[in-house]
Amino acid sequence: MLEQLNRIEQTALSMLDQVRDEAGLQQWRVKHLGRSSSLSQVLSKLGQLPKEERPMVGRRANQIRQALESALVEKSEALQQVAIQRSLEAERLDVSMPGRPAHSSRLHPATQTLRKIYQILAEMGFQIYWSREVETDAYNFELLNMPAHHPARDMWDTFHTTTPGVLLRTHTSPGQIHAMREFAPEPIRVILPGMCYRYEQLTARSEIQFNQVEGLAIGKNITFSDLKGTLADFARRMFGQNVRSRFRASHFPFTEPSAEVDIECFVCGGSGCSVCKQTGWLEILGCGMVHPTVLRNGGYDPEKHTGFAFGVGPERITQLRHRIEDIRYFWGNDMRFLEQF
Amino acid sequence: MRVPVSWLKEFIDIHLPLEELAHRLTMAGMEVEEICLVGLPMPPGEKHEFKITGLSWDPDKIVVGAIHEVMPHPNADRLVLCRLDDGEREHIVLTGAPNLFAYKGQGPLPQPLKVAYAREGARVYDGHEAEQKLMTIKRTKIRGVESSSMACSEKELGISSDHEGIIILDDDAPVGVALAEYMGDAVFDIAITPNIARNANILGIAREIAALTGQELRPLNLDILAEGPSIAGQISVDIQCPELNPRFLLGLVRDVTIRPSPYWVQHRLRLAGMRPINNIVDATNYVMWEIGQPLHAFDYDVLLERAGDGPLKIITRTAHPNERLTTLDGEERELDDFTVLVCDTAGSLSIAGVMGGVESEVNEQTRNVLLEGAAWNFINIRRTVAAQRLPSEAAYRFSRGVHPAQAERGVRRALELMRQWSGGTVDRDLVDNYPCPPEDPIVDITAGDVQRLLGITLTLEEITDILTPLGFTCVREGETLRIQTPDHRLDIGEGIVGKADLLEEIARIYGYDQIPETRLADELPPQRDNPLWDGEERLRDILVKLGLQEVITYRLTSPEREARLLPPDTPHEDLIYTRLENPPTAERTVMRRSLLGSVLEIIERNARLRERLALFEIGPIYLPQEGELLPDEPTRMVIVLTGLRYLPMWDHQSSEVLDFYDLKGIIEALLGELHLDGAQYEPTEHLTFHPGKTAQVRMGKRVLGIFGEVHPQVHEQYDFPDTPVLAAEFDVETLLTLVPDRHDMRPVPIFPPVLEDLAIVVDEALPAARVVEVIQKAGGKMIADARLFDMYRGEQIGSGKKSLAYSLTYQAPDRTLTDKEVARIRGRIIQRLERELGAKLRS
Ligand SMILES: [Zn+2]
Repeated sequence: MLEQLNRIEQTALSMLDQVRDEAGLQQWRVKHLGRSSSLSQVLSKLGQLPKEERPMVGRRANQIRQALESALVEKSEALQQVAIQRSLEAERLDVSMPGRPAHSSRLHPATQTLRKIYQILAEMGFQIYWSREVETDAYNFELLNMPAHHPARDMWDTFHTTTPGVLLRTHTSPGQIHAMREFAPEPIRVILPGMCYRYEQLTARSEIQFNQVEGLAIGKNITFSDLKGTLADFARRMFGQNVRSRFRASHFPFTEPSAEVDIECFVCGGSGCSVCKQTGWLEILGCGMVHPTVLRNGGYDPEKHTGFAFGVGPERITQLRHRIEDIRYFWGNDMRFLEQF
Repeated sequence: MRVPVSWLKEFIDIHLPLEELAHRLTMAGMEVEEICLVGLPMPPGEKHEFKITGLSWDPDKIVVGAIHEVMPHPNADRLVLCRLDDGEREHIVLTGAPNLFAYKGQGPLPQPLKVAYAREGARVYDGHEAEQKLMTIKRTKIRGVESSSMACSEKELGISSDHEGIIILDDDAPVGVALAEYMGDAVFDIAITPNIARNANILGIAREIAALTGQELRPLNLDILAEGPSIAGQISVDIQCPELNPRFLLGLVRDVTIRPSPYWVQHRLRLAGMRPINNIVDATNYVMWEIGQPLHAFDYDVLLERAGDGPLKIITRTAHPNERLTTLDGEERELDDFTVLVCDTAGSLSIAGVMGGVESEVNEQTRNVLLEGAAWNFINIRRTVAAQRLPSEAAYRFSRGVHPAQAERGVRRALELMRQWSGGTVDRDLVDNYPCPPEDPIVDITAGDVQRLLGITLTLEEITDILTPLGFTCVREGETLRIQTPDHRLDIGEGIVGKADLLEEIARIYGYDQIPETRLADELPPQRDNPLWDGEERLRDILVKLGLQEVITYRLTSPEREARLLPPDTPHEDLIYTRLENPPTAERTVMRRSLLGSVLEIIERNARLRERLALFEIGPIYLPQEGELLPDEPTRMVIVLTGLRYLPMWDHQSSEVLDFYDLKGIIEALLGELHLDGAQYEPTEHLTFHPGKTAQVRMGKRVLGIFGEVHPQVHEQYDFPDTPVLAAEFDVETLLTLVPDRHDMRPVPIFPPVLEDLAIVVDEALPAARVVEVIQKAGGKMIADARLFDMYRGEQIGSGKKSLAYSLTYQAPDRTLTDKEVARIRGRIIQRLERELGAKLRS
């Protein structure tokens, strides 16, 4: 009898092994664990066995039933795993195919650079001060120490309007006078951003309109060394912590002493490349101590107050950072240009 | 300004390498833009701080040679053969140089001709090429005569573009010596800023080098060998406007021979970028380049003839009405009432300081030369140059200010050079009328002044050491340095301005790079808010987030361009623009009045590049105001959309295009982010827009902006795609001033809402906003949302009607609404819709 039971178990297990799907599993269950299965028949005939054999056979038969049931569960789980694997396999994507286009959009590159400039200078305490674009000759030139026919006026090719004495500002410097006249005799720390205009041939290198950010600091203890420190800090934050800058003597009628600031080329690190024209230096801004005449015109006493001013061109910085060789890209607004920033 | 280094060495010893010298000058404010090598070797190293151009002459292959005989070529009339000694041996050199033909067939020359001789293998420029193209000299045979070397022209050696003949050097040139050693040079091209115009000459730059390097400046030699009679009493000078002509000097050289200047003079002038003319004119140009004083030479005999029997009298005065003068360039010029003329009793001779007249010009026949050296008011010269459009080297200098003391130096120096170069005799003394000597400012400086402006500590001795080489005289008085401005510069002011001028000089020579970097330690100003600026940047951020690309356009346009914003032939009043006096092109003549016009042009430009465009710009427009000098510059915000609603995808293609409601969605989202609740959208009319697809946005009584579909007839005037173009224009300040400073947060409900749909049929003309208004009024606080989710027109509901379906959200803050409550609210809503709007419930 026990032998028969062992056979039943072996047969059932080996058949379970061959089951491949859920339907087969059900059939197997009916056949080997169902009411008409060989095992059930053995159990139903248990009463017919001699009394002393009954407990042993019964125990063995129940053992086998439990074994088959747990084998069934195991098999069922295995089959489910296979099914999941198969369906995952069928769902596999080609990840190399292009994604669904999102409507991405950006700030204009000039705005991006302007904001970086604002942010750095704001952290140094410079606040934004708006001033107008269509200006008087007085604010654009005269009050900035350039009387009519002053030779320094040659430095700016100016758009004049048909109203005598009214022009398009050639720089953001007129804002210096506006700010000074509003705030004198308080200390000042402002930046004056905005569009300026020059009467030029439109070429890859020259534009008729361009942004400028002017910085102005006025107080009772402001020196040229503060100007150097402020701009060296600015250059490091704008172009990298290790970037060196140098101050070169230059001339602007509204500052004295005046300087131009070069930074070590961040493309080649100063060893010479096409961006810096092999010189290792890039000219990035002009600056100086506010001229006493300008201070006076702004309502400050040059015996008591000093100050510095500087001007930087965001488009030029953007050009350098991204190797933009043609300045006309900026206001051309070709999407193929704008989408690169 | 072109500055040959060899010329500088006349005044100062230079021991620095070329690039180091250029670097020092550049850092001190005389920016060297280019170093042009004329024979000298390339500075060592890979990296150069400066642009270096020009030609280096191989010292072994290019040497001074001596031509001893010029012989005819056996087979060619236009060529000659030269017997040339290069210091090692004799060569036969073949050349076609016309300046040797005069010596042809004369046998051995009594005085050999010194030339620049290039041996086989030397690298020189090809004289026959238009541009500078290098070539190597090779052995060739021309018409049966072999040649392996040549005598060079200036063009071949990169000195000038002259290829008319070979260079004939001065007789004392040492044969066999490397040419680079004999006359090799480098020319600095220096950018001269207006404040440093005093240095637009060799002596000025040399003086700066003296201050920068500590080398001693050699003084200019002003001695004249004057062996003629005294000029005194022969000529008188009458200055009628001393403030325009502070000084006028004359000197006289008699019995000159007009001929070319010595070669070294011509060479120098050419390196400086000037064209040699003859010994007399060259002397005036030479002195102008050397010390910065422009001079003018008259033919003295012409002046005597004009004076007739009377004494010669020179008059300087402003032009008479309608007066004309024919200048050296052959042009007859109309003169302004401010033009200063140099005249004699017979009339005008030249435009003072700008250009000479044709009649009294020095020419081949001139025998006696009257030399003028004068000082002129620089502003008046500038006006004259601008009015006459007559820029020149002389006018450039005079229009930036030349100290009157320079006039005498210039005249003395030029008279002596004319004597040396022309064989003439100089009359003793000068005629000198000097009615307006300038006062050379005296400025007091203390160590405290230096500290206050520059942030460095210098002793008075250190300041003296810096300023003295520049020509300043410094006298110490206690703790103050009393500084006298030298009589060659006009750029130092008085008082506090003069102080700043001197502090700049001190900083420049001390070296900007020596000044430390410090951080601002001064008091911070009062901090101020800038809500408009912040708001503008916030608008940009929101619009970018909503999928719009920022553009920044030209602010110059033309009325014709902006007229495209209106349908053709629309009658409209002429708009007043801020108009340019000197427009850059016919397409950019005014400042724009419309931002929309600018952005539409960008749509035009990109129309064929992208299937979907969604752009915005925030920027000013310019509106002239009656009675105001300057225009208003309000800031506008423009949004433009066109093209496909969805970008095409490989598994999804849609031809749906952006329409009015896409734009409205953006505007609603924008106003939502700004917390501008309660905006009204109303149909409106605007010539640029489609009459049926345009809305204005209103908050209370204030109109924020307008948006809609561009009018088809306007659309047609642009090179747009076929898809509708949607545009919005808002006034930024109006928008931002309505943005609330703060807003209350609405509690998030904790009880579940009840959702229900409601469809009604109303008249076609009824604005959907009215329906929502009534629903909300009837439903009160319990209606949290009423969202239109479907609209239908069709036979089922009859013509002139539309069906609107809303998804209603019922919500109470403190409980879950019961079905009964919802039914009651719903009933109330339906009742009000029927009563107030004539709506019918659609089942
Ligand atoms: Zn570089």
